[in-house]
Amino acid sequence: MTDADAPLLQVKHLFVKFFTRRGTVHAVRDVSFDIARGETLGLVGESGSGKSVTAQALMGLIDLPGRITGGDVRWHGQSLLEGDGSLLRRVRGQEIAMVFQDPMTSLNPLFTVGTQIGEVLRRHRKMTRAAARTRVIELLDLVGLSNPGQRVDQYPHELSGGMRQRVLIAMALACEPQLLIADEPTTALDVTIQAQILELIADLQQRLGLAVLMITHDLGVVAGLCDRVAVMYSGKIVELATADDLFHRPAHPYSAGLLRSTPRLDVVIPRLVSIEGSPPDLVSPPVGCAFAERCHLATEECRESMPGLHFQDDGRKVACWRPFEAEGPAPVTAGEGGR
Amino acid sequence: MSEADTLVRLDGVTVTFDVGRDGFWGRHPKQLRAVDDVSFTIGRGETLGLVGESGSGKSTIGRALLRRTPVASGTITFDGQDITHVRGEPLRRLRRHMQLVFQDPYASLNPRMTVAELVSEPLRVHGMADSVEGARPVVSALLERCGLPADAADRYPHAFSGGQRQRVGIARALALEPAFIVADEPVSALDVSIRAQVVNLLQDLQRERNLTYLFIAHDLSVVRHISHRIAILYCGKLVELGPTADIYDRTKHPYTTALLSSVPIPDPPLQRSRTRIVLAGEVPNPVDPPPGCRFQTRCPMAEARCREQAPPLEEKAPGHWAACWLS
Repeated sequence: MTDADAPLLQVKHLFVKFFTRRGTVHAVRDVSFDIARGETLGLVGESGSGKSVTAQALMGLIDLPGRITGGDVRWHGQSLLEGDGSLLRRVRGQEIAMVFQDPMTSLNPLFTVGTQIGEVLRRHRKMTRAAARTRVIELLDLVGLSNPGQRVDQYPHELSGGMRQRVLIAMALACEPQLLIADEPTTALDVTIQAQILELIADLQQRLGLAVLMITHDLGVVAGLCDRVAVMYSGKIVELATADDLFHRPAHPYSAGLLRSTPRLDVVIPRLVSIEGSPPDLVSPPVGCAFAERCHLATEECRESMPGLHFQDDGRKVACWRPFEAEGPAPVTAGEGGR
Repeated sequence: MSEADTLVRLDGVTVTFDVGRDGFWGRHPKQLRAVDDVSFTIGRGETLGLVGESGSGKSTIGRALLRRTPVASGTITFDGQDITHVRGEPLRRLRRHMQLVFQDPYASLNPRMTVAELVSEPLRVHGMADSVEGARPVVSALLERCGLPADAADRYPHAFSGGQRQRVGIARALALEPAFIVADEPVSALDVSIRAQVVNLLQDLQRERNLTYLFIAHDLSVVRHISHRIAILYCGKLVELGPTADIYDRTKHPYTTALLSSVPIPDPPLQRSRTRIVLAGEVPNPVDPPPGCRFQTRCPMAEARCREQAPPLEEKAPGHWAACWLS
């Protein structure tokens, strides 16, 4: 049934709308991308850009008042949205797994770690209680928790934030998924713990041949981990490029602006370059390019018609009428000194 | 730094919290030393960056400085005056000179007050304006200076984005023309493109008004950008203190080294090739800290001495202090 040549995951012209009292929020507007086997794709954007909604749509987690109003999500070439949802139910949690931002609220406080991870195995793999327990201990060991034999009987409140995130990753990996969707997995964690979790994800990816969709607002996280990066703004992908291309020569003015306004640990500049203004209200998104109002390159054309996501000569895709014209990040000069 | 240029001074400040009781019938009160024997100074017009992970005591230091939490021992000096035990009316008058900018612009503004009411409240409380209307000209000037539109005054906080709310919070903190501002993670909740706007605003205000900042943060990239000097905290202890450039380029404490190497750099080839020190384990519980150096449980360099004796904070180079036996 499955198409062997198809990419692991294909998102085609996805639209998600939220029907609220204030009006219809166009949260995701015509988003398309692919993920290949074993690939790491970064989905970068600020709050309200639609990155988390996109991930939730892939997992069929959009609830009322939200609805997927167009497009398709294909897993091994088969649609997850069409039909009675039985394919989605089989795939979700088993072949595609997800890790959320907040490790404090994603675990049930009333059950031990072992019971909660075991539940996944008992449901999807029909394992016995004893077999599940053995496998849970293996999984806890895989994600680098010390004393897994003891941890398995602990409750979430007995674990720190970093350990809980490891438990959630173990739970996600329980059924040996092919794709891991990580929605801001390190945002709630301290820097040194963030480094541990990122290292763990990179290591698991290599060892298990896992594909990863990494959703984050932090460009630094993307730089170390991702093969390709999609930058989202106001519900649309504005640039899709390899990590190296994006960081060294951003084509979209928004990507360039994001890179310039991110202070770097290794570069000292006298003043940050900010992007003035704020993103548009998605109840009534602008007719033209959503970034035009904040873009110093914007012309009449930009305000009147929306640029499509088109291929450039170097293989990346950009949705801009004037790509490559914005000034990129400050050139790297060996940084000596602070201010 | 000469005495006259010092605005804020902490000498051996310790802050403890009671966290329940232990032993038979709870005979032994348990204490958490959130801040343990911390000393530093901040000069006039200077920004001191205070960096640490959750539970390191960084916010507690800010609160102790503002006299919003009692200190167990040590002294706090502000503008040459010992304020450790100031109370009542003198404390009220002192508060005019030191203000706080909060992390969460969604939780720190009363949703039932208009921006004009919010920004003029400190003026009314301190008797510098008799009504919201009377404070209008001052409020308008403050809002304009903080980059808010003229019609902002009569709107409520919910009408604003996170970045704009943080501007309201800054305008409110500036209303009394304080000399000293504690900014507790002021940009952590903001998006990247908005964060740069607020950081620039804070820097401009400092230059115009010769403000002194204690900038509390966990994001080392932002701290490097805004701070003249940086203090690094670990589990309630000051582990390193020095000029920004020295902290980054001539690091003296292994915790700082690990912290710096944990910050991802937005440059793929560089980030891939960097040697990263990933610390094992987690910050110890401050209720029951390990013997010796508090970092010894995670330190890749720890020796026998580190496990027995806590290293003192010593001046390893001019103006550059560190608490480590091995540097």
